[in-house]
Amino acid sequence: MVNFLKDRQMLMLFGGVVALLIVATIIGRLLRMRAKSDSARSTIDNLNARINAWWVMSFVFTLSLLTGGLGSVILFGFLSFSALREFITLTPTRPADHRALFWVFFVIVPLQYYLVATHWYGLFSILIPVYAFLFIPSRIALSGDPERFLERSAKIQWGLMICVYCLSHVPALLMVKVLNFEGKQARLLFFLVVVVQMSDVLQYVWGKLAGKTKIAPVISPSKTWAGFLGGILTATALGACLWWITPFNPWQAAVMAFVITILGFLGGLTMSAIKRDRGVKDYGASIAGHGGVLDRIDSLCFAGPVFFHLVRYYF
Amino acid sequence: MKHVVGGAIARVAQFLAGATIHGERPSDTRQRIYFANHTSHLDFVVIWAALPPHVRACTRPVAAKDYWDKRGLRGYLAREVFNAVLIERDRAVAHADPIETLVDGLGDSHSLIVFPEGTRGSGTDPGPFKSGIYRVATRRPDVELVPVLIDNLNRILPKGEFTPVPLLSHIAFGQPMRVGDGETKADFLERARKAVLELREW
Repeated sequence: MVNFLKDRQMLMLFGGVVALLIVATIIGRLLRMRAKSDSARSTIDNLNARINAWWVMSFVFTLSLLTGGLGSVILFGFLSFSALREFITLTPTRPADHRALFWVFFVIVPLQYYLVATHWYGLFSILIPVYAFLFIPSRIALSGDPERFLERSAKIQWGLMICVYCLSHVPALLMVKVLNFEGKQARLLFFLVVVVQMSDVLQYVWGKLAGKTKIAPVISPSKTWAGFLGGILTATALGACLWWITPFNPWQAAVMAFVITILGFLGGLTMSAIKRDRGVKDYGASIAGHGGVLDRIDSLCFAGPVFFHLVRYYF
Repeated sequence: MKHVVGGAIARVAQFLAGATIHGERPSDTRQRIYFANHTSHLDFVVIWAALPPHVRACTRPVAAKDYWDKRGLRGYLAREVFNAVLIERDRAVAHADPIETLVDGLGDSHSLIVFPEGTRGSGTDPGPFKSGIYRVATRRPDVELVPVLIDNLNRILPKGEFTPVPLLSHIAFGQPMRVGDGETKADFLERARKAVLELREW
């Protein structure tokens, strides 16, 4: 922690985040004073609730990075647990799935993050795709209820893949070995999370300012072409500007940022499709203004594993 | 000690049930009877944990004597931590009239949590209400009756399971009601049941 405070690069990054939040907070307050209609007011109130939540989320994320690793693993483990409970709550399971779900929540989730914390890459990469995949249908079959059997097993497995397996690749960046970058992997985590989340924010902002044509109106009423293009391009530019904290050169950082923002977009769209199918707006209500945990991290779930593999194989 | 244990149990229940609270959560210690649909062993703990600590301190769950009146942990929790009002379910061995026990349990400062269905339902619509709540309410017309709807706890801890699965649940508090002038028992019980059911539209 003391080392961190001497680390000028990280201090500059955190300073940048705080500066951004201050600017956003001031703009939010000004917009609130200028809002005239009721609908404008409720949009701005939601915006301000989101900004307030960003302060808390940024603080928690920074704190987890300051612990030098273990904190990030615990934070993302907790996020996986919360996202999975939101996902399974929306998924119609049957009483015979109860024991399988107990194992999923209290054994498989902690075990996956234990493997991240101990840098056990081999088992980390197959625990859920292979062993959980075989275990879940077996445990449900033992309970003896065949109704919609394949559907139930598949939905639980799918929830585990998205909320736990994919998301656990974000803190797993801490175990990637990059030439001349030992001990600095937390910067990769920072790069991924900031670029993906800023892409979500920028897509929202561009969409509100200029968006008209919707990309998939049935699935997500808030995603517009202007939001998509503006958000992806500005977030890619932001990623390129952050090249100095990564092992990438500027154009590599831009390509990385471009790939993870596209994946983040697809993650948000996919998770929206599930919400529309279940007839809900949000997965939960735990983060004021944003919805549930899964609403906030859906883009990270998709971007995390791909970023992890690109870094692991090319650097 | 029992406050520490009680606080810890409330925290664990809040975490496991992940309940979103709808409607107006009681904030004063006025005497009330909370009546709810019954779907899980966790029901009363979760309602109890959803109340603010000072309201919780004067609120007593009503529970089955044959299950809770034991030596050891279960009895300790029922008597000391929850301060439960224990009712004999089997009329043949009942020494006291259960209505008397409930009225005594209210005393002049306590509130009660009751499940008028008497037994755990399947998680769909609540079954018909037993008459106990009507009889206590007519004996104590000054006590507010508060309908409470519990949703999804039957998936968190279903019948016959010991280990909970941490899904998210909902608790909705409704508007207080009283027995109307000249309202019959059957009418009141049906109105009370509907009051619980209507809370689904939170």
